[in-house]
Amino acid sequence: MIEVKGLRKSFTLGKRRKTRTVEAVRGVDLSVAEGEIFGFLGPNGAGKTTTARILCTLLDPDDGDAVIAGADLRKDPAGVRARVGYVPQGGTTTDEVTAREELVLQARMHGIHKAEAVERTEKALAAFELTEFADRQCRTYSGGQRRRVDIAMGIIHEPKVLFLDEPTTGLDPQSRAHLWDEVRRLRDGGMTVFLTTHYLEEADALCDRIAIIDHGEIVALGTPTELKHGVAGDVVTVGLNGAAPRAAELLDGRDYVRKLEIAPEGLRLYVDDGTTAMPQIMRALDGGEITFDTVELHRPSLDDVFLIKTGRSLRDK
Amino acid sequence: MKFLRDTWLVYQRQMLLVWRTPARLVIGFVQPIAYLVLFAPLLKQALAPTGAQTYADAYRIYVPGLLVVLVLLSGFFAGFGLLAELRSGVIERSRVTPVNRVALILGRAFSEVTTLMGQAVVITLVALPFGLTVHIGWLLLAYVMLALMALMACALSYAMAMLIPSPAALGPLINSVSQPLSLLSGVLLPLTLAPGWLVTIAEWNPIYWTTNGTRALFTGNPGDSAVWIGMIVVVALAALTVTWATRMFARQVR
Ligand SMILES: Nc1ncnc2c1ncn2[C@@H]1O[C@H](COP(=O)(O)OP(=O)(O)OP(=O)(O)O)[C@@H](O)[C@H]1O
Ligand SMILES: [Mg+2]
Repeated sequence: MIEVKGLRKSFTLGKRRKTRTVEAVRGVDLSVAEGEIFGFLGPNGAGKTTTARILCTLLDPDDGDAVIAGADLRKDPAGVRARVGYVPQGGTTTDEVTAREELVLQARMHGIHKAEAVERTEKALAAFELTEFADRQCRTYSGGQRRRVDIAMGIIHEPKVLFLDEPTTGLDPQSRAHLWDEVRRLRDGGMTVFLTTHYLEEADALCDRIAIIDHGEIVALGTPTELKHGVAGDVVTVGLNGAAPRAAELLDGRDYVRKLEIAPEGLRLYVDDGTTAMPQIMRALDGGEITFDTVELHRPSLDDVFLIKTGRSLRDK
Repeated sequence: MKFLRDTWLVYQRQMLLVWRTPARLVIGFVQPIAYLVLFAPLLKQALAPTGAQTYADAYRIYVPGLLVVLVLLSGFFAGFGLLAELRSGVIERSRVTPVNRVALILGRAFSEVTTLMGQAVVITLVALPFGLTVHIGWLLLAYVMLALMALMACALSYAMAMLIPSPAALGPLINSVSQPLSLLSGVLLPLTLAPGWLVTIAEWNPIYWTTNGTRALFTGNPGDSAVWIGMIVVVALAALTVTWATRMFARQVR
């Protein structure tokens, strides 16, 4: 649904002599399948917005090509516009206008005639649970409600691909969860969703596949599970009372154990899949008549992935 | 067709915004009306040398000047609104639709012009009880001239905003263009009172001609050469600035 090859964009800042070039996007390749939620995860300034804006025809790339829903970005920008919806970072609802007015206008901007625009607006309002306050000015909405109006505007013309730039930034956990459900519902209806985020949880919980971007380059790409397993696998820590060496001997070489080491609290086992390995480990220890106090499973997070790929953590900033 | 429809769409939305922010409208009225009321006692004496014998005469000279100032100075501020909308992402959102690019800016300009003309009508009405009398036909023609001046000012302001897309830097630029244009046009007091050299300079200022033209229409001299010269000048300027602004805008937003 989205095919991107060698996308590049740099900005020149400053005046005359004191110019500085910021390479915002440095050779991005990616491909997004129809009907998936594709996440673009990266820290501030990574180039997420720039990439999304290029793919929505708002910016010309310096280099590279992209085909979106069958329309070539360079040769047929109008075709791209007709097939995509774009919800900018921070939203675009206007204080003085009501949700219904915003939606009808947005539909009409897409060339939809009035009666149909009104009909679609009604549907979108219902789908996003906005009907109740559809005739109140947007200034009176909560952050979550506003964001739902934004997304409703993005899909009013039934695009094939929806671009969401940081859709949940600044939302409370409840509104965020609500919005995730809306996005999933769109995907289940057949829409392809490209979203940018700097929330690990969001990439992990919501996205079918993610690309981690840093300094304009994709450093990792895959499903959240693939990425997490790719770096470290799961870690099972067994609390043992002095029996660690015996347990190590017992478990070493089992096919579900990748590597093990003795740790202060007992035994640390690196496994591919913690959920299946854990019962096997416990059974083996029982069989060897070794008593254990605790069994803990640590699964690597996307932050671990980011840390390994870039040497920095996404979280503490 | 599509172009007209899109312009109409944008226009409608902008008018809705004007309607929903009455505070801005009111502020737009307060200043000119204050000028009208507070200058009233001074007008007759001040304008006596230009041949004004009655308050009605004075108002026929003063009101058109006030209207020119209103449409020019307020029109010149349109660029700030455009910058704010560019920043807020509202225009960005429209750009990911097939809506006509020129319509995006023309619809906005027309809505500014409509607001300004609404204010001009109110000011004219307020001036009536003070003794302003004016032929309705010439008044309507004067309104056409004012509307074109407003359009020109908006377009120029939009173009400058595209050129210097920072509100902090745009202010001084707009001032440096609007100050001489309005000072050297005799908007508040006709330049018949001015020394010869000032008039010579002013004759190079297009706004001088449009101001004189508007004034001639208010004073009931539609045959005055300033009317047709002013009309030609303002049509040409409006066409020029609108072309410039739409070009700049289309290049910036594609
Ligand atoms: N219009 C512009 N002019 C100059 N530099 C820009 C422009 N837009 C973006 N940049 C620069 O390009 C880089 C990438 O910016 P971008 O907005 O794509 O980041 P982002 O990943 O969306 O970050 P955030 O999470 O903060 O939204 C940044 O260094 C930014 O300063
Ligand atoms: Mg961004």
